[in-house]
Amino acid sequence: MERQTEILVICTNAPILATVLRLLNTNENWNATGVASPEEALKMSREVQYEVFLIGAGLTDAEEEQVAAQVKEMHPDIHIIPHYGGGSGLLFAEIYLALGSK
Amino acid sequence: MAQTVLHTAASRGVADHGWLKSHHTFSFSSYFNPERVQFGALRVLNDDEVAGGRGFGEHPHDNMEIISIALEGTLQHNDSMGNSANIETGEIQVMSAGTGIYHTEYNKNAAEPVKFLQIWVFPNKRNVEPRYDQVKIESPAQPNQLVQILSPNPEDAGVWIYQDAWFNLGKLEKGSTVDYAIHQKNNGAYIFVIAGKVEVNGQLLDTRDGYGIWDTDGFTITADADAEVLIMDVPMNL
Repeated sequence: MERQTEILVICTNAPILATVLRLLNTNENWNATGVASPEEALKMSREVQYEVFLIGAGLTDAEEEQVAAQVKEMHPDIHIIPHYGGGSGLLFAEIYLALGSK
Repeated sequence: MAQTVLHTAASRGVADHGWLKSHHTFSFSSYFNPERVQFGALRVLNDDEVAGGRGFGEHPHDNMEIISIALEGTLQHNDSMGNSANIETGEIQVMSAGTGIYHTEYNKNAAEPVKFLQIWVFPNKRNVEPRYDQVKIESPAQPNQLVQILSPNPEDAGVWIYQDAWFNLGKLEKGSTVDYAIHQKNNGAYIFVIAGKVEVNGQLLDTRDGYGIWDTDGFTITADADAEVLIMDVPMNL
């Protein structure tokens, strides 16, 4: 079985995060995990080799910048996507592009 | 020298869910074309038709400027900020989704379809407090003039968004000409023909064609038939 693409999503709005995860996980080739804080994002990043990091709503600019830099340092090849529509307006194209239409 | 891109009406992505028929100028939902993802900060241009009494149930958005322009019929809107409104033909609605917003959109009329443009623009500021606004599009002072319907400035005509973007609508009589000056360096303009036929710097455009133009200060639109055009002037770099 082909390894699933690991996607990490950070968002402090729990219902929106749940919607995003539900939509992402409709793709059987993807495995999306959600976190609500930079601390959780870093903890998960130490445990899992993520390929995509979606930055959702609720962090400050400084938090976004810092967590993106720290996750990137752990996983230099990770694709960080700050603009993906959010919620059920999820823009799959941004993820397809990042993954090379995988 | 001006750069251009042409998206003919027939080249758009199509979604037909029965109750919803949509044409996507840019990649959206199950339509994915890596060469058609955005025009600068303009990310979504959907040409939607919703059957009588049907609509979009409650769904969330975040960090996106979402603009709806009613073309025919009435769209009924309710959101998590407590707004409840009808968007009538000739009105424009905007939501800054910011930290998160839930809303529903339904066709108010049970018998007739509602037709509207749904436009998403990437914001220049993230995690803003969600906001909603709606205005009636003013008639121009004189025939064949453009009317500004959106800008970055709360004090300016039309609605405003968190982006250095300006939208103009124009109803042009056959044979008329209008000049458009792009608002700022590094912006480009995307012209969408709502109805009729026009030429933009000599490029023929038919109904529902789209034409992007950038690396230029402006352009001239000539109406080859009675026409209605929407000009979206947006930053080309995020």
